Amino acid sequence: MRKAFVIAAIALGLTACSVEESQELHSSNAEQGAPSYTGTGTNFVAKGWTPGDERSWQQSLKVRLQQGQNEYNKVN
Amino acid sequence: MARMKFICDAERCIECNSCVTACKNEHEVPWGVNRRRVVTLNDGIPGEKSISVACMHCSDAPCMAVCPVNCFYRTDEGVVLHDKDVCIGCGYCSYACPFGAPQFPSTGTFGTRGKMDKCTFCAGGPEAHGSEAEWEKYGRNRLAEGKLPACAEMCSTKALLGGDGDIVADIFRTRVVQRGKGAEVWGWGTAYGSQQAGQPSQPAAAEGKS
Repeated sequence: MRKAFVIAAIALGLTACSVEESQELHSSNAEQGAPSYTGTGTNFVAKGWTPGDERSWQQSLKVRLQQGQNEYNKVN
Repeated sequence: MARMKFICDAERCIECNSCVTACKNEHEVPWGVNRRRVVTLNDGIPGEKSISVACMHCSDAPCMAVCPVNCFYRTDEGVVLHDKDVCIGCGYCSYACPFGAPQFPSTGTFGTRGKMDKCTFCAGGPEAHGSEAEWEKYGRNRLAEGKLPACAEMCSTKALLGGDGDIVADIFRTRVVQRGKGAEVWGWGTAYGSQQAGQPSQPAAAEGKS
């Protein structure tokens, strides 16, 4: 009788575990929006790349970084 | 492309605050909110150092980990952004951030804390790029315009570098080699999980203290 009661209690406990909602962190709830390389659709953009073309966008940013922030390209 | 990163060269920063002004102007950031600040260490003492601080867009961002509503997300370029429509303004991210990046606008008679605002690496937010909604919530989206963050592009001494991490690190490395000093990059190891150049490893530093 006592053994059966223990088994029933364990079974009840496990059942309770299975119905509990997961508490793990989920992936972001935020909308992620479109990738930056898709552009803004306006004319106020830097020249030298094609909106929607990821590689040209990346390349233009690299060139812009080297030209604008690496003064060793100019003085050395 | 490598991840987008900031580096502030403390050997070059002259505390002119042009990065702060550029950011304020570019995004029309309201009073009381500073997405970027210049911090001076040992102010007034010969040898003082200044550093420009904003969101470092950490590789393993603490703000993302503690946010109870998961309003943060990371773009393919490694820029940590957040959705203000999801943010509840609880301030947990502010406590978690080692750089003090999250800002909260105070509005109304009782200074009600609004939704969190922070540096976006000039990458806007989840709204349509260049839209009025994006502008109102996050400011201008320069990355989608093929430009780099205004603060870094405006820096007169080129102390603040921002862009592709590989190139930024290469520019900084060249400088250090040329001048033969100043390899320490404040916040680099904290944000990106790497040992700071020129610094002893953690165990050695701990032994030195004891």
